[in-house]
Amino acid sequence: MTGCERIAGAFEGRAGRAALMPYMMACFPDEQTSIAIGLACAANGADLVEVGIPYSDPLADGPVIHEAATQALRNGATVTASLRVAKAVSEAVPTVVMCYANLVLSMGWEPFAAELVEAGVSGLICPDLPLEEAPEALAALDAHGLALVPLVAPTTPDSRLADIGSRARGFLYTVSVAGTTGERSGSAVGIDAVVERARANTPVPVAVGFGISTPEQASSTADAGAEGVIIGSRLIREAATAADPAAAVGLVVKDFADSLR
Amino acid sequence: MTEVEHRFGPYGGRYVPETLMPALVELEDAWIAARNDPAYGAELGILLRDFAGRPTPLYRAERINELTGGDLWLKREDLLHTGAHKINNALGQALLAIRMGKRRIIAETGAGQHGVATAVACARLGLECVVYMGAEDIRRQLPNVERMRLLGATVAPVESGAKTLKEAVSEAIRDWVATVETSHYIIGSAVGPAPFPAIVRDLQRVISDEARAQMLDRTGDLPKRVIACVGGGSNAIGGFAAFLDDAEVELIGVEAAGEGLDSGRHGAPLTAGGRPGILHGSLSAIMQDDEGQIAEAHSVSAGLDYPGSGPQHAWLRETGRATYVAVNDTDALAAFRRVSELEGIIPALETAHAFSWVMANPGERDLLILSGRGDKDLAEVIARTS
Ligand SMILES: Cc1ncc(COP(=O)(O)O)c(C=O)c1O
Repeated sequence: MTGCERIAGAFEGRAGRAALMPYMMACFPDEQTSIAIGLACAANGADLVEVGIPYSDPLADGPVIHEAATQALRNGATVTASLRVAKAVSEAVPTVVMCYANLVLSMGWEPFAAELVEAGVSGLICPDLPLEEAPEALAALDAHGLALVPLVAPTTPDSRLADIGSRARGFLYTVSVAGTTGERSGSAVGIDAVVERARANTPVPVAVGFGISTPEQASSTADAGAEGVIIGSRLIREAATAADPAAAVGLVVKDFADSLR
Repeated sequence: MTEVEHRFGPYGGRYVPETLMPALVELEDAWIAARNDPAYGAELGILLRDFAGRPTPLYRAERINELTGGDLWLKREDLLHTGAHKINNALGQALLAIRMGKRRIIAETGAGQHGVATAVACARLGLECVVYMGAEDIRRQLPNVERMRLLGATVAPVESGAKTLKEAVSEAIRDWVATVETSHYIIGSAVGPAPFPAIVRDLQRVISDEARAQMLDRTGDLPKRVIACVGGGSNAIGGFAAFLDDAEVELIGVEAAGEGLDSGRHGAPLTAGGRPGILHGSLSAIMQDDEGQIAEAHSVSAGLDYPGSGPQHAWLRETGRATYVAVNDTDALAAFRRVSELEGIIPALETAHAFSWVMANPGERDLLILSGRGDKDLAEVIARTS
């Protein structure tokens, strides 16, 4: 089974109205605990897990994920160790890796793609690799059957959305608000229109992320027609503050899973 | 000249979150339109002349020349309003923001010079201004923080990482991602995603357009070498631009060697010759570890304390058109004092790096871009050298 097929299977076989897609950071707070967090996500209803690789300069991330990355790097996190985490998690649940472009470029697109295959990972999200800069990455990932998952934003014009949507693999990461990652209260205004616009422009499932931090928000995002709901900073906050991070993240993930039944 | 470069050889590009892509397209279109609009040129020209103090003089450094036996000429950007070349870019981009209907301005600053220049431009043009500045730079450039506040700007301290310029740029970009529909980001150097490196170069080109004519007028000849300090590379690219086609003119960029190139604690990605990498939206020469994590830079001068470099400099280096060298903290501090005593000009610590190099390597008809004045550095220099 290719990575793209495994992702498609995760959406088709999802337990709830929308696939539940938790984000975790590899090696945060440390390698072993982060593996336990990933497995707790899988055991509590995650359909797909996003494994973030800690990066020194995460431009698309707000303070919670930025701080977690800083901590992880201070504790010695490496790309190699992060891929070990992804491998352990991908044995339990389909995973995609979230990684800033420079870390991939540093290894080379093709060798990085081979490493992802080796780790059992199904796809890659590069938050700072827009369409124009992506051809080489897309070719390298396509050659391995891996999904290069693109992002679209509320600011993306229609014509551009169609270009991105038509080249999307795996799913279309639909950013719900203009801004960096981080918890937000209330529901993103016009989420129905955001989802609608994305769906009209891509053959792959639409997953919504950035700012979803309560089960109510997850539920209303699913109501709006999203086929996937991505939960990030809320879970990182839990991992950063709880005495038993894996158990605590598992409980929160279960609440989200229940909200999507 | 209708196209705006996205790449310089392989360097440059737009490695940014999708949210910003439409704004970069809009900015590029706005810049092409502005460049071709005589009204924009006229308005900027008047501001540069009557408000900022252009043209700046070309000055022969007689006492340095007596000492070194060289023939050094200084392009006096230190005499501009706010004390550095940064105002050339800040005024040009602030006018551009108004043309795009954006009335909130974001900026980052290291030495505080770009922050002050942007705050001044915003005060003059009635724009809201938020300046991101690393907490460490706030400490070492306090007078500039006070100036920005007096001018009505909000100075937002940045506490992440080494609390210097790299982090300030990152925070400014994060603000822009969230406010892009109403805000314009005035980046302070020839770095960032396209079209910024080209816009900043075009706006700083006035330095070399003037200096080239002044050298011809005063000496009857072009300079043999043009020397400028390089942080992100805006005064240097502005100082080089008009000479790029004069193949006989040597171009020399002086980076910060900090505690020494071998120590790893420096700000000299071009001189140290690391692998290309992505920082703040473009591919260029950067300081990074084996896996691609960005390294922290170190320099006594806040404006050179940056692990990246403008993409056009990476290309000028690769093609051999320009040469890059580095001067360490100690030598820069010594040059700061020496130039003050000899010429009655207190140079910015950034520029002191360029002075140090040229005084150790004097030549015939050298043109040095005196990018700014050093009043902002007094407290830090006195604390370090007494
Ligand atoms: C006086 C002066 N010179 C040089 C620099 C370095 O910037 P750049 O390389 O963009 O000219 C700065 C930056 O703060 C500065 O204030």
